[in-house]
Amino acid sequence: MTALLSARGLCKEYGKGDALVRAVDDVDLDVAVGETVAIMGPSGCGKSTLLHLLGGLDRPTRGEIELAGSRVGQLGERALARLRRDAVGFVFQAFHLMDELTAAENVELPALLAGRSPRAARRRALELLDRTGLADRARFLPSALSGGQRQRVAIARALANDPAIVLADEPTGNLDSAATLDVLRLFDDLHRAGQTLVIVTHDSRIAATADRLISMRDGEFTDETRLTGGTAGSLGKLAGLEG
Amino acid sequence: MGRLTLISRLAARDLRHRPVQAVLLLLAITAATVTLTLGLALNGVTSGPYLRTKAVTNGPDVTASVWPSAGEQPERPPSRDGLTALETASGAVAHSGPYPVASATLRARGHTVPVQAEGRDEALAAVDQPLVTEGTWVRPGGVVLERTFAQALGLTVGGRVSLNGQSFHVTGLAVTAAVPEYPGVCFFLSCNAYNGQAQASDMGMVWLTQAAARSLGTSATPLGYVLNLELSHPADGAVFVNTHSLAGPSSQSSAMTTWQQIQNADNDLVSVAQQVLTPGGWLAVALAIASVAVLAGGRMTEQTRRVGLLKAAGGTPALVAAVLLAEHVLLALVAAGAGLGIGWLTAPLLSSAGAGLLGAPGAPALTAGTAGLVVAVALGVTLAATLVPAVRAARTSTVSALADSARPPRRRALLIAVSALLPVPLLIGLRLIARRPRRALLGAASTAVTVTGIVAVLAAHHAYDLVAGRFDWFAGLSDPVSGRVSQVMAVLTVVLLTLAAVNTVIAGWATALEARQPSALARALGGTPRQVSVGLAAAQVLPALPGALAGIPLGIALFAVANSGGVVSVPPASWLAAVVAGTLAAVAALTALPATLGARRPAALILRSEVA
Repeated sequence: MTALLSARGLCKEYGKGDALVRAVDDVDLDVAVGETVAIMGPSGCGKSTLLHLLGGLDRPTRGEIELAGSRVGQLGERALARLRRDAVGFVFQAFHLMDELTAAENVELPALLAGRSPRAARRRALELLDRTGLADRARFLPSALSGGQRQRVAIARALANDPAIVLADEPTGNLDSAATLDVLRLFDDLHRAGQTLVIVTHDSRIAATADRLISMRDGEFTDETRLTGGTAGSLGKLAGLEG
Repeated sequence: MGRLTLISRLAARDLRHRPVQAVLLLLAITAATVTLTLGLALNGVTSGPYLRTKAVTNGPDVTASVWPSAGEQPERPPSRDGLTALETASGAVAHSGPYPVASATLRARGHTVPVQAEGRDEALAAVDQPLVTEGTWVRPGGVVLERTFAQALGLTVGGRVSLNGQSFHVTGLAVTAAVPEYPGVCFFLSCNAYNGQAQASDMGMVWLTQAAARSLGTSATPLGYVLNLELSHPADGAVFVNTHSLAGPSSQSSAMTTWQQIQNADNDLVSVAQQVLTPGGWLAVALAIASVAVLAGGRMTEQTRRVGLLKAAGGTPALVAAVLLAEHVLLALVAAGAGLGIGWLTAPLLSSAGAGLLGAPGAPALTAGTAGLVVAVALGVTLAATLVPAVRAARTSTVSALADSARPPRRRALLIAVSALLPVPLLIGLRLIARRPRRALLGAASTAVTVTGIVAVLAAHHAYDLVAGRFDWFAGLSDPVSGRVSQVMAVLTVVLLTLAAVNTVIAGWATALEARQPSALARALGGTPRQVSVGLAAAQVLPALPGALAGIPLGIALFAVANSGGVVSVPPASWLAAVVAGTLAAVAALTALPATLGARRPAALILRSEVA
């Protein structure tokens, strides 16, 4: 399969000398189109940092990243922003919704930033909210939504510009079990629809929905497992998803 | 006592922890208090130099003059009978004169100026003997110029002038308390202006021998006469004037002037400075309130967690409010002291009575009233800007405060909907405004105040140009009064612009800080750093536009009020357009740095820290 995302020798260091910390240490990664990759590890192992590097939200100290045919390291800030706009959708643990915007206004924001007409952006936002089961919550402010609903709004927002890849950083970290299940189902739907996903998580139920599971510790990949059948198999049932 | 120690300790620690903000606060309030102190301190400061001049020259308590009425065709000079009668009037104990006064035209150094040419004896007079500060007193062939007039002409001893075509050399420069210094010689319309010259603001004063003065009088330009009187009770000049009359035939005009009136006229130089500084001081106060409101509001937001800790430890809302207010009150008191000190020290620069009086006024007296008012204003500015945020913070629930949950932004549905129609930077800017409308209002108000001040200054300049052009005042000579006004307006403009710049920078930084999460999110979602930084700048420039436009009519109105209903002056449209454009450009430039820095920090770091 063609690699949509490819990283070689990726490193991210903070501090100097005795205080030097390698949050990401010489990581190689390939993600194919349509693949779901889960990265698991304990807190502080560098998985969120890795995700930020892959999405161009931060610059690596060393290494190369190629995303959707572009060498991320060679891009200026403007080109990087365009890449994020067109090729990447981000889902954050803390949702990062704008408190003063309704669900629809939050979802349409990336489309407006991309210069789409307000009408087209709103139409797309309503489609995505319908897809995530929140059509009747379009006019609600985040304060009026549950945690799970907010995360679904965030996922809808990540899909606003039809990105090539969605990067999710602990998407269920702040959610209860029921909300986690809702989000799980949503990711499963995306996976079935052929969306390329990289999900950082410490929740094994989420990891179980992936095609590939990578374990990470102290900034390095320690293990990689191909999960046969993904959500269609026994692991999917274990995760609570219908097979 | 323990509470007081706690409050003092916390206030001092916080000031040390954020020194830049403390300095900015201090600067803003001090600028306002300095301007206000200057305006208040200039009250009556020229009384010293005038009284000194009067004492040295034995200046008259009352001057009485007669001159031929304009338009009449007198067959002979005006009668001196009335003046002679005053010499022995009840209350008068000494006199000099009557002296002949010719209405003449002086030509020198390319200037043509109307003058009052007073004929005097070479011997010293008992009453009103002008003090020669350079050269010598009158002698044949020579003329002595009033010192301010000489400065305006650029003449010194040894120069040459012509009076009605007759040539004289300048033998001396002198000061007098008998007439207001140039250009106020005809301030009380008591000049001999028979030859059709307006009793206007451009008469100069010269002295020459009596014979020379008489030679300047002709049947076409008859002489007038002036008498100088010393009274037994100098304070009763007004009573003397009201009691005695100089009325004569219709072919002659007359006037009597007291020394108190002349002193007030000489105060013109300083009173015009006051007329500019006092309203200017209040403009500076308004700007200071805006600065303090933004800075203090930001500081209090940063102390939310501290509020929670104090309350959790048993602090009452009153104690919490006292802690929050204490550092600002302390800064206000320091600023008041600094403003009083700087204003008092710099007042002499603006209180100089001009070349026509002796000596400098020295530092004005700092009265308890002035000090009290300035301190009250400084405290008022601070409390106006900080009381509401402090009380609000003190009322925050302990749990919310400990969680350090920031005040949620406002939702402005209309602005959000409108912003969606705009290009991305304006979308970002308008949405930032919608989050914190109060800060945008403060920004607009601050710009309005600044532009009001600048437009008022322009209106004053334009009014002067209009009137000078219409009346050809001062015959091309420099006018000390307008020079002083220009000086003061320049100082005031600098103060207002400095305050406005401080305001803009503070607001820019506050906006960039408050908007770091939405800015980072916008970049994470695909906004370029340039779009975000332009958006941050737009959040400042957009409110500045209506503020700048509102400042135009307000500035015109302010000048009209300060001018006591005189000439209504509307500066040319090109000037006003330049002010608006310049203001917006300055706001954009001053906010560019915080906006650019705000857009450069890696989005991941900001978003992560917002979670932590």
